[in-house]
Amino acid sequence: MLDISVAYNRYKFLGNEFLSWLWYVMEHEPDRLNAVTDDNIQFTIGNRMVLENAAHNASETVTIKGDDAGLEEGMLALRKGAFVTELNLMIAEEEKQWQFTIKGESLNITGLKVPETGRIETREDIEGAVLEKIFLYEKIMGWIDAVYAFFLGVRLSSEWDDVVIPQIKKWILQ
Amino acid sequence: MGILSSNASIARYQVLGQLSDPVMDTLTRLLSQHAIEEIDAESIDKSIGWTSFENPFKPDFSQSSFVVGIYFLFAFRIDKKAIPAKVVTKQYLLEMERRLKDSGKESLSRNEKKQIKEDVLHQLSLRIPATPNVFDILWNYEKSTLWFFSTQKSANEEFESFFTKTFKLNLIRHFPYTAAMDFLTDVQKDILEKLAPSHIME
Repeated sequence: MLDISVAYNRYKFLGNEFLSWLWYVMEHEPDRLNAVTDDNIQFTIGNRMVLENAAHNASETVTIKGDDAGLEEGMLALRKGAFVTELNLMIAEEEKQWQFTIKGESLNITGLKVPETGRIETREDIEGAVLEKIFLYEKIMGWIDAVYAFFLGVRLSSEWDDVVIPQIKKWILQ
Repeated sequence: MGILSSNASIARYQVLGQLSDPVMDTLTRLLSQHAIEEIDAESIDKSIGWTSFENPFKPDFSQSSFVVGIYFLFAFRIDKKAIPAKVVTKQYLLEMERRLKDSGKESLSRNEKKQIKEDVLHQLSLRIPATPNVFDILWNYEKSTLWFFSTQKSANEEFESFFTKTFKLNLIRHFPYTAAMDFLTDVQKDILEKLAPSHIME
């Protein structure tokens, strides 16, 4: 195993490729995410996306935000060689909805909103509320881990270069 | 922003190693030994330490109060006193003026000025209360995983080093490489070691 700080910088690209691939899969093969997570869930892009193009030793950042923002700028950035570095996602399971932002380089989760939990009225309610929150947090972590594991399986196989990259390229150029 | 917040931020870790048996006694002892110390009445400008989840301003780790289901739940607190520079300057100039008047001198030596500044900072830090920042921690001891409820770089770094100092256990942060190490086969790990970034549009 590599030194942790070396590995963090060396493999930032992997998280960014994961988020870029996830955008493609959400648009083209959403059912695949259900199969991967074993749950009937729906991923959609939320209200924020950050893309970075680090090609040619220059860094260009494009930030798209707002509930009704179009993603054309993001597509244009992909066309120029950028990758998604930060993505706000919404995941729905039946009536329940989770929303959060995930960062490619760290896989850190920020701004996580989970489905509403029971109100805390007395001190005795706290433990139950905490366990309910943990359950809802673990669901999201489980889904992300499952999708990331699936992505890695593809990324580390010949399917990535032979099938996935041409498909993503076609999507970007369409 | 903590575990019960409507808007949470989470950094994930793997904990390497185990606490010495009996685990609950060890954890209670170490949390108590390294609990946050109040500095409001001290001239210290920063304090860090563990505190209780339910009552972060009155740490109490007795009677397994940090156990929730199969998890350990407690918090990390960073207290800092921020004395505005303009307040320091004002008090420093006033004190200089007073000393010049009292001594009848026309000017003060470099050492006297230095001493006045130190005295002013000492007096102000006794009067200004520390600002507390509380970060919840959820530790699944069986699975050796831990969630820190903040993604602020400085808070994470302070937490990591204080955790290792307290428990003599190392933390590995969850990020694309370490997350991959959790489930890849040896063959896949070899491929990952040599992996280069993709250039989709070239």
